[in-house]
Amino acid sequence: MRIVDALPPVAPTLALLIAAVMGTLAKLERWRRALQLLAIVTAASVTAMCVVLLVHTGDGVEVHWFGGWTPRSGVAGAPSRIHAIGIDFAVDPLGAGMATLAGVLVTAALVFSWRYFEQEAAFFEALMLGFLAAMVAFSFTGDIFDLFVFFELMGVCAYALTAYRVEDRGPIQGALNFAVTNSVGAYLMLAGIGLVYARTGALNMAEIGEALAGRPLDGLVVVSFLIIAVGLMVKASIVPFQFWLADAHAVAPTPVCVLFSGVMVELGLYGVVRVWWSCFAPAFGAHATVVKGVWLGLGISTTLVGALFCIVQHHIKRLLAYSTMAHAGMFLCGIALFTPLGLGAVGVYVLGHGLVKGSLFLGSGLLLHRFRSVSERALFGRGRVLPLAGVLWSIAALALAGLPPFATYAGKGLMEDASIHAGLPWLPAVLVVASALTGGAVLRVGLRVFLGLGHQPPDDATSRHAGFEEETGEEQHTPVTMWVPVAALLAACCAAGLLPALFDGAQTAAARLLDPLAYGHAILAGTPSPVPAVHLESTAPTLFDAGTGAAAAVGAVIVGVVPCAVRVEGRARSAPARWLRRLRHLQSGDVRDYLTWLVLGAGIVGAVLALGAMR
Amino acid sequence: MTQRLRLVLLGTGLSTLLGLLLWGLHGVPPFGHYRGPYGQLVDTVGERERHVTNMVSAVNFDYRGFDTIGEEFILFVAGAGCAVVLRRQGDPAERTEPSGPLGATEATRTVALLGMAPLAVFGIYVVAHGHLTPGGGFQGGCITASAVVLVCLAGRCRTMRRIVPETLADLWDSAGAGGYVLVGLGGLAGGAAFLSNVLPLGTTGHLTSGGTMAVISLAIGLEVTGALLLIVTEFLNQLQRTPQEDA
Amino acid sequence: MDFLPYVVSAWLFGVGVVAMVTARNLISLIMALVVTQSSTYVLLLAIGYVTGAAPPIFASVPSSTPAVDPVVQALTLTDIVVEATVTALLLTFAVRAHQRFGTLDPRELRALRD
Repeated sequence: MRIVDALPPVAPTLALLIAAVMGTLAKLERWRRALQLLAIVTAASVTAMCVVLLVHTGDGVEVHWFGGWTPRSGVAGAPSRIHAIGIDFAVDPLGAGMATLAGVLVTAALVFSWRYFEQEAAFFEALMLGFLAAMVAFSFTGDIFDLFVFFELMGVCAYALTAYRVEDRGPIQGALNFAVTNSVGAYLMLAGIGLVYARTGALNMAEIGEALAGRPLDGLVVVSFLIIAVGLMVKASIVPFQFWLADAHAVAPTPVCVLFSGVMVELGLYGVVRVWWSCFAPAFGAHATVVKGVWLGLGISTTLVGALFCIVQHHIKRLLAYSTMAHAGMFLCGIALFTPLGLGAVGVYVLGHGLVKGSLFLGSGLLLHRFRSVSERALFGRGRVLPLAGVLWSIAALALAGLPPFATYAGKGLMEDASIHAGLPWLPAVLVVASALTGGAVLRVGLRVFLGLGHQPPDDATSRHAGFEEETGEEQHTPVTMWVPVAALLAACCAAGLLPALFDGAQTAAARLLDPLAYGHAILAGTPSPVPAVHLESTAPTLFDAGTGAAAAVGAVIVGVVPCAVRVEGRARSAPARWLRRLRHLQSGDVRDYLTWLVLGAGIVGAVLALGAMR
Repeated sequence: MTQRLRLVLLGTGLSTLLGLLLWGLHGVPPFGHYRGPYGQLVDTVGERERHVTNMVSAVNFDYRGFDTIGEEFILFVAGAGCAVVLRRQGDPAERTEPSGPLGATEATRTVALLGMAPLAVFGIYVVAHGHLTPGGGFQGGCITASAVVLVCLAGRCRTMRRIVPETLADLWDSAGAGGYVLVGLGGLAGGAAFLSNVLPLGTTGHLTSGGTMAVISLAIGLEVTGALLLIVTEFLNQLQRTPQEDA
Repeated sequence: MDFLPYVVSAWLFGVGVVAMVTARNLISLIMALVVTQSSTYVLLLAIGYVTGAAPPIFASVPSSTPAVDPVVQALTLTDIVVEATVTALLLTFAVRAHQRFGTLDPRELRALRD
């Protein structure tokens, strides 16, 4: 057996093994540094394995059958089919890429937290490694129930990490809201898996795809797809399932927010992509246009709501969370194009966004560590003592808006090309506006905090609200272990944007993923997946990309500078402001409201899907 | 949102969703007539290939053993999560031991103390025979942990902690969870796939049959016992705190 | 009768959700979540049931005996473990919420108004 064949199972289980060891040793205060170092080394090794897999899977799918239980044929009941009896990891470049992103962000977050927590931080590293393992296994698995198991493992780690600062009130409520909404999503997903199993007698995604294909579309298939997708979209913070997102981000420790925004939300969408193309796309056949329409609708609403909520926020972590939501909406739009170029563009965009957002969250952690606040108003002008952080923050803000040569620029540009190819020429406008608004909001924070530009805004009650501040007492010094990850993630985003091979690779990988029956054959029959003869679109940046990139960057600067120059607070009584306030009150902090929206949203989406599919 | 509005929205959404669910369930084979290939395949080949008689365990510990690793770590992480959320906040008053009888009557005490030893033995039996008869590491681990918790229900929480101190529960938790991964890596080290069987399969029906499955069942039993005791201990630590103490 | 177990499953889901949304106490909210999840146990077990078949354990019967589907039972076991752990974790949140807010009424948790 080649070493590379062993990597898919070793990458997640190594993290799990070390997490188990750390569970016992966590209480030994004297070994604190050694344990932290062990966690960083483990996360870095897992990342390295994922990179090797990413490079290696460039020409196919790396399949590993646990226990050596390869599929078999000639079973009573359905003799013509090949059946999986075990669980497989089917690592393709998109999965390996998501796992790599998770590894990079966990490593950066662990380095950042080297001197971040003042209190004893027992179990923090164990939970982070568990989180990493869950994300890697979620990206690799080819089995739908295994997907659910690691979805739950990811969830349990995330809930516990959200509540990490138990000394405050906010984290308890945020974790509760997060855990309850995501659990209901997970149960919907499991019920959907049950329905699929009832029909096909299979849990392997490739086998499900083959079993569902070629039969008339009926209620079972539509409903099982609906509830699995809703479960995953809760994690992906798609409107109207998104309410937990801002609460969890506002209260979770900043290094954890890096993972929530940078990769966990995106993994929800990755799950949707995986399940749709492996299992359901062949069964929907011509009705796939309905799904496409629903996703575009959801994606655009998510983008607009996220961008709107982002610009009116003054709590920096909430602001960044809404920007993530806007981007998740854009990613869903890109996925809904149903083309290799669109999906490949989303892959690049997710990578770029994850790295920039990670850098921004760690930057806000830097502010929090130094000044004990993440309120834009409370921090006004106080960042002048950290000029380097101001420079990094502003660059990251423009990178978030899609400034060349960052990978976000490439991802956005490719997605715009893809939308024009797919006959949606208005979609680039949405992307430009949303990028300008979110990037501009982040830039505005930078200008106010680091330069003290404009008027000092009145300090409001929410910024001093209990639960929004992570620690007590101000710091005079920012350790180098906090600077390095902030800069490194930004540099990595820039480097990724300069790798044209990455764009072509993403498109090829997407093309293979969009051909589910070939994928299924490669996994079940064990034949190496042939490179599909697809026509790849050019991924070289065009003049149009440069134009929209410049438009987004200039827009971001305008959105960033104008609120500093003009007093907008005085307009609070105008009708739009009143409506906006009413809209913001929907984010009530009461988990029962969130559940109501979840159920209502699932019902409406389901009704649209059902009416469309039965026409 | 007012309760009224919430109920109206929920009613609309839930009736639509339930209608959709029933529409989907309509496509499921009638109750009692399921003929799916996966289960039949396991029922047909399980005993021959794995030399075990409990097919549910064959699925859990071998064919779909990787799910069980994830599941075991969900438990492990939840134990760590409970410890994190309920960790002491440095208040010396928090360190008091719940030592009182906890409202245990003479009757509960007698029944609990009588039940303890048989329950512990039964738990270990269920773990050890997981591959043969109904049961396995999860079920047996729960029973064994209950046996220890009975000591506390009998009003002897301090004794319970002496039998299984927190560090021991921690150790079982980690050893069980890590042990399962090591069994999996053992398969890789032997040049085969992760979780491949590396032990002799033995004679079907014997306690020593099933190869690695028996080891995995033991590892899970250890982990479940440890994790559950850890969670119970964390909750017990809260017993003598009042709501005002932390506020 | 052929459809009744599935109706029970859907009903449990609905009842659980209604109980969660109308809960006045975090503990009952968490218990309602458990009820919601139990709908998935009923669903999974009902799917794999075969009338008149034996349990998939061949300790005292030959392995050629018709048996119910073992896979859904294994999935249900996993599901139960997930439920137990998530419940334990949620209950720790409830304990802490009671300490921090002095109440278990979800309407009184007001740390996160936007």
